[in-house]
Amino acid sequence: MRLQLSAEDQAFREEMRTFFTTQVPQWIRDSVINQEEPTKELMVESQRILNAAGLAVPAWPVEWGGRDWTQLQKHIWHEELQLAGVPEPLAFNASMVGPVIATFGSQEIKERFLPATANMDIWWSQGFSEPDAGSDLASLRTTAIKDGDHYVVNGQKTWTTLGQYGDWIFTLVRTNPEAAKRQQGISFLLIDMTTPGLTVRPIELIDGSVEVNEVFFDNVRVPVENLVGEENKGWDYAKFLLGNERVGIARVGSTKRVLAETKERAKELGVFEQFAERIVDLENQVLALDLTALRVAANSDKGRPDPVSSVLKIKGSVLTQAVSELAVDIEGPAAVADHLSLVYLNNRKTSIYGGSNEIQRTIIAGTILGL
Amino acid sequence: MDFTIDAEQKALVKAARDLISNVYDSSETRRAITKTEPGFAAWEQLAEMGLLSLPFEATAVETSLVAEELGKVIAPDPFVEAVVFAGGLAAAVGDEALSESIADGSTLAIVAWAEPGSRWSTTPSAVTFADGVLNGVKAPVVQAERADVLIVSAATAEGTRLFVVRDGYSVETVRSIDGSRSGTVTFTNTPAEPLGAGGDQAGVLNLALDRARIAYAHEALGSMQTCLETTVGYLKTRKQFGVTLNSFQALNFRAADMYVALELARSVITWATIVAADEGSTPEAVASAASQAALQVSVAGRHIGQDAVQLHGGIAMTAEYSVGHHLARLTAIEHVIGDGAFHRARLAAVVGEHGVLDPIG
Repeated sequence: MRLQLSAEDQAFREEMRTFFTTQVPQWIRDSVINQEEPTKELMVESQRILNAAGLAVPAWPVEWGGRDWTQLQKHIWHEELQLAGVPEPLAFNASMVGPVIATFGSQEIKERFLPATANMDIWWSQGFSEPDAGSDLASLRTTAIKDGDHYVVNGQKTWTTLGQYGDWIFTLVRTNPEAAKRQQGISFLLIDMTTPGLTVRPIELIDGSVEVNEVFFDNVRVPVENLVGEENKGWDYAKFLLGNERVGIARVGSTKRVLAETKERAKELGVFEQFAERIVDLENQVLALDLTALRVAANSDKGRPDPVSSVLKIKGSVLTQAVSELAVDIEGPAAVADHLSLVYLNNRKTSIYGGSNEIQRTIIAGTILGL
Repeated sequence: MDFTIDAEQKALVKAARDLISNVYDSSETRRAITKTEPGFAAWEQLAEMGLLSLPFEATAVETSLVAEELGKVIAPDPFVEAVVFAGGLAAAVGDEALSESIADGSTLAIVAWAEPGSRWSTTPSAVTFADGVLNGVKAPVVQAERADVLIVSAATAEGTRLFVVRDGYSVETVRSIDGSRSGTVTFTNTPAEPLGAGGDQAGVLNLALDRARIAYAHEALGSMQTCLETTVGYLKTRKQFGVTLNSFQALNFRAADMYVALELARSVITWATIVAADEGSTPEAVASAASQAALQVSVAGRHIGQDAVQLHGGIAMTAEYSVGHHLARLTAIEHVIGDGAFHRARLAAVVGEHGVLDPIG
């Protein structure tokens, strides 16, 4: 056991910290630190800066822009990025569709999509959930029926985050409605969002933002070469994707930064003493999350998500929420019309998305405890 | 930052586990032992294996690993009190004779620091030293009656000082809730030798206590792990309504929450040991780490201990079953090392001094 990082990892940490705090423009970092809704321009510019330095998609295979880093180094990269207020590379590109294409796609589809995905030349949207398929994703009903060298897609997706910016959408579609098990008839299909018959309708959320959308497919014709991997194997790819999603979802660095800013705000308002013990409790829990993430990173086998990542998802989401709740309370009566209250409302999503915390408990009970 | 333990440490864990689980081979064995004096039975074997000398020749990592193994079966031997804490003080002041006799098991030393009504303050006021003798009352003092030597903190003209006392005091003993022994020690013109050389020793006492708190947290961690394992085992086998209890999601979710709490507590408590073992750590850093660990013991210990009892149902209320004893031990540990409110207040005094809390040294 050792308190310090190895000399190599310490140097790595310094390198990341220096890059993130000096090479990403201040206006981008300020926007993140102020918890504003990210604009498309901001996300694209930030990710291109990272990509040019080889820092956008470290988890990908090296030949497609990934880095041969240890799990611990990937953790340090992620934490330093969040601490500095650098926007995370768009999750749909960097941690969802990219790794799926890199792992299961043909050489042709990799060449066609991976460089553009890393560089945000394509903004990806996610087409998984449907009105009747939320936590029970395998009950999805959007169909893709082969017609010559095209699939004809019909149905509806929902909760498509930032779909208003999307150029392409990766979808789970039912290609074999007759399959014995409903998981077996699903495929992973890439769809150009400018294709005729595809429409995006925004959904206003409780914080007044338009962060998610419904996407409708009305006889949308998709070339068969846009299929990733094998037909009817999409469920396997989706499980792979969702496992990756959980790992990065704890947002430890970001929560640490917001808690530190909240402490400063409490001092500014002269209420620090009043909130000190609540801050202590939260800092104790954030410390526990931070150290657990470090422990998991150091112990993870390459490429296979540790089941303990469910712990990170549960606690990470709950702490994101608890810290924003604290920020609201510190504002006092002014909270009724404060931006931080909208952030608080928006953060209720964190225990719902990425596999709700109840789904994570099911995973822990089943996979880890054998119950 | 590295949480892994090396081959030698793994061997130490295995040896300690084998020894302890042999002496306390069941909850009933432990229960019987706590009912006869002095209430523990592995001491000679711990000494023979060399585990009592660990604080003098190894790091906080090794002592914590052993404490965690003791905690898994809630072994009642006063390893942390006598070896980590009292031994830690003897070593800190450079008393080689006392250190050696603690290390070989010939002397069982206990620190008498708490005073009635003073909560967890380490500043003595009830016990004073003047003209070569101690006067006043210390309580609670774990295993005071069995102790060969007491290390006593006392108010003196030069501040807080530590003294060694071998006899000339009276002890009133009661059984503690965890099956241990708790003494009220009265000093009446009791002759006492100073421990270590002159000057105020508050810093030495506080640092040794914080290091002991971290070792205690590992005992609690071992106990929490057993609580979860026992509960999970029970949910898989106990049948009601014709099915095993793990057919009920409400119960499984509570077990999942216990697991989350356990793993988070493990991270903080293990980190605290790493802080204590690091030569560059200041006493303030060790104090903060000890409070972070103790706060986890308070919150996670209550959660896991209480839910272990609840998820078992009535059987856990019986003295014949194990988890109730674990809840008692977890409750006792928390109130020896300082409860959640105490450690929150201690951390609140320094939480405004840093922005982001960085656990990496």
